Amino acid sequence: MKLTLTSLALSAVMAASPALADLVFPDLSYRTGPYAAGGIPFSDGYNDYFTLVNERDGGIGGIKARVIECETGYNTEKGVECYESTKGEGALVYQPLSTGITYQLIPKVTADGIPLHTMGYGRTSAANGKVFSNVFNYPANYWDGASGVVNYLLEENGGDLKGKTISLLYHNSAYGKEPIRTLENLAAKHGFELKLLPVDHPGQEQKSQWLQIRRDRPDYVVMWGWGVMNQVAIQEAANVRYPMENFIGVWWSGAEHDVMPAGAKADGYKAVTFHNVGRDFPVFDDVQKYVVDKGLAAGAGDQIGNVLYNRGFYAAMLAVEAARKAQEIHGTAQIDAAMMRDGMEALEITEERMTELGMPRFGPSFSVSCENHGGPGLVGVTQWDADTQTWSMISGFNPTDREVIDALIAEDSAAYAAENNIEDRCN
Amino acid sequence: MFYREAGDFKLSYVEDSQTFPIRFDRYRYYAVLAVAFGVIPFIINDYWANAILLPFLIYAIASIGLNILVGYCGQVSLGTGGFMAVGAYACYKLMTAFPEVSMFIHVLLAGGITALVCVLFGLPSLRIKGFYLAVATLAAQFFLVWLFNRVPWFYNYSASGQINAPEREVFGILITGPNAPAWATYLFCLIFLTFCALVARNLTRGTQGRTWMAIRDMDIAAEIIGVNPLKAKMTAFAVSGFFVGIAGALFFSVYLGAVEVGEAFGINKSFLVLFMVIIGGLGSIFGSFAGAAFLVLLPVVLKVVGVDMLGWPTDIVAHFQLVIVGALIVTFLILEPHGLAQLWRVTKEKLRLWPFPH
Repeated sequence: MKLTLTSLALSAVMAASPALADLVFPDLSYRTGPYAAGGIPFSDGYNDYFTLVNERDGGIGGIKARVIECETGYNTEKGVECYESTKGEGALVYQPLSTGITYQLIPKVTADGIPLHTMGYGRTSAANGKVFSNVFNYPANYWDGASGVVNYLLEENGGDLKGKTISLLYHNSAYGKEPIRTLENLAAKHGFELKLLPVDHPGQEQKSQWLQIRRDRPDYVVMWGWGVMNQVAIQEAANVRYPMENFIGVWWSGAEHDVMPAGAKADGYKAVTFHNVGRDFPVFDDVQKYVVDKGLAAGAGDQIGNVLYNRGFYAAMLAVEAARKAQEIHGTAQIDAAMMRDGMEALEITEERMTELGMPRFGPSFSVSCENHGGPGLVGVTQWDADTQTWSMISGFNPTDREVIDALIAEDSAAYAAENNIEDRCN
Repeated sequence: MFYREAGDFKLSYVEDSQTFPIRFDRYRYYAVLAVAFGVIPFIINDYWANAILLPFLIYAIASIGLNILVGYCGQVSLGTGGFMAVGAYACYKLMTAFPEVSMFIHVLLAGGITALVCVLFGLPSLRIKGFYLAVATLAAQFFLVWLFNRVPWFYNYSASGQINAPEREVFGILITGPNAPAWATYLFCLIFLTFCALVARNLTRGTQGRTWMAIRDMDIAAEIIGVNPLKAKMTAFAVSGFFVGIAGALFFSVYLGAVEVGEAFGINKSFLVLFMVIIGGLGSIFGSFAGAAFLVLLPVVLKVVGVDMLGWPTDIVAHFQLVIVGALIVTFLILEPHGLAQLWRVTKEKLRLWPFPH
């Protein structure tokens, strides 16, 4: 008994000991392994925004942000190690950029009271804040992505997809399987035929899938890929002369490094997105001045303006804004993870605020509430121009099919709640 | 000096044939058990449990299992990851189908189911040997992972194909799920490891182990002196599968809590466990522990030294890890082909004579 008390006291001291100096934002990054090509720019953007805030504004509400980077290699076991080793440092929010690690962390962060922000990945039904108290996936989730693709195709076809065939080429993992149910429901609703083509990790071997596409000639191919799978798919599409403008990727399949290897043949490839692309924002001048010129840029510093760099940058911006909101709500600059969670739940991003930050039209305007942790799910479309080597938005941020998605979210989160005996919040 | 038999008299056959005949060895073994059961649970925290001790305990069980098959019976297997997946999915199906049953029973049953599957895939070993058997077990690895990815019944038709461990308890104490205390998960795995190690040690010391080793050393000679190869090989596959299945079940339910079959139980896992067995020492129970400790701890140590102490960029450290672990494996295998266990044996021999080596 005495020993138990001692150990309790010891663990209490250990829990209380983290120095209340900085606001800690762990970055579970992957700069190695088969998915590094996507992990590096995201992590660079995430780090650079915090460096910018520290250098330009002197931190968040006067307190410096500290980013602890931990390499996961997209591996769940290393992800657990990273989570356990950083959570004691006073971590405010986790963004693992991996659906596998997200699934592991959802119960853990809920038990530890730390928020988890999985922007455009992770468990889609976490958008239901009534069930998932500590998980956020604003501004858009996978199912918004799927519906965004279908809406875009509807628009292109004058609102009618009857009799069309759409093939879904997906990474055969939790990540790639997420959109299937939504697309099936949308197929029933709009009368198109959905064909499923799984690609196994890591995705270098796609000959048979593309052979099938060549034989079936689907009207559209939608891709749910990540890492090397994207490059191979686009190259294979070029090889079988599949028309690129009918090939649409989710936001994890639409970055520079995905299309570059196919050269001019990738021209016209499209991808959906939930944030703006390109370098054309005033904030990047600040990044140049305060971060790059001072030699503080993360990584090699050559990723600025890339799609995934912007996404990491955007993720950090939303985290900083949520931290500001938390400081405002609780009237203290020294926030902890629970306060950060409140800040994320009350987050509101307006066009004025983004303009103020030098990021006009960088993402959709949205607000988060206790019930809705997923935001409005506004999705835009980007297209690759191989001549100028740039991605550009070809549509605004448009609403998705809430009717179908909300029903699925309610169903899936209810199943999770029943499995884990969770009672509804926000009543 | 330390490991001497002099003065250590045995008065009965039971004493003479005990696991650790040398007194110092025996006391050291009791001391390790006492610390593992009596001290560590009181001082353990989440980091130590989840990042270091749980993976070590679980991989140790898996490598004991593989060591029985590869080290003692000489049947090369590359299907460990697949068999661990069988354990994990069996445990998941049992946990969700019978929530009120104790986790002890679920894990043991998962081990039993894996043993059956393992025997099934072991049947070809009666006709094919060596590298060819390795390829056959490799087929098991790919088939099993494909199966768990393909058939929705195994993951209870969840949208993502992931399996998640719900909260389950043993005697009213939570063992799985995020709210399980670190000491409980640690003790739960430790009990299984102790049980597996004792069973393995005693099996390999007795008739069963001797028939396995006879088959390993020369199967034709073994057959001539009356060893039944069917029985010997199938029991090796069964026992090995049982242990690997337990490791898989614990890996999923207690350690990770959520698993994606391709990522967690891919071919890499098979190789990792095989490396543990080879580095630790083929045909040695202690070697299984040493190999698991080596490959679990080394990356963590390198990370702590590189990132936390020296402040190097994380990607450089991650790359260095590959280089250093690779170089160490090569060096080890050149200098000590029989693994860490042999190193330990040599040390013991030296200590016996110390301080008068001549």
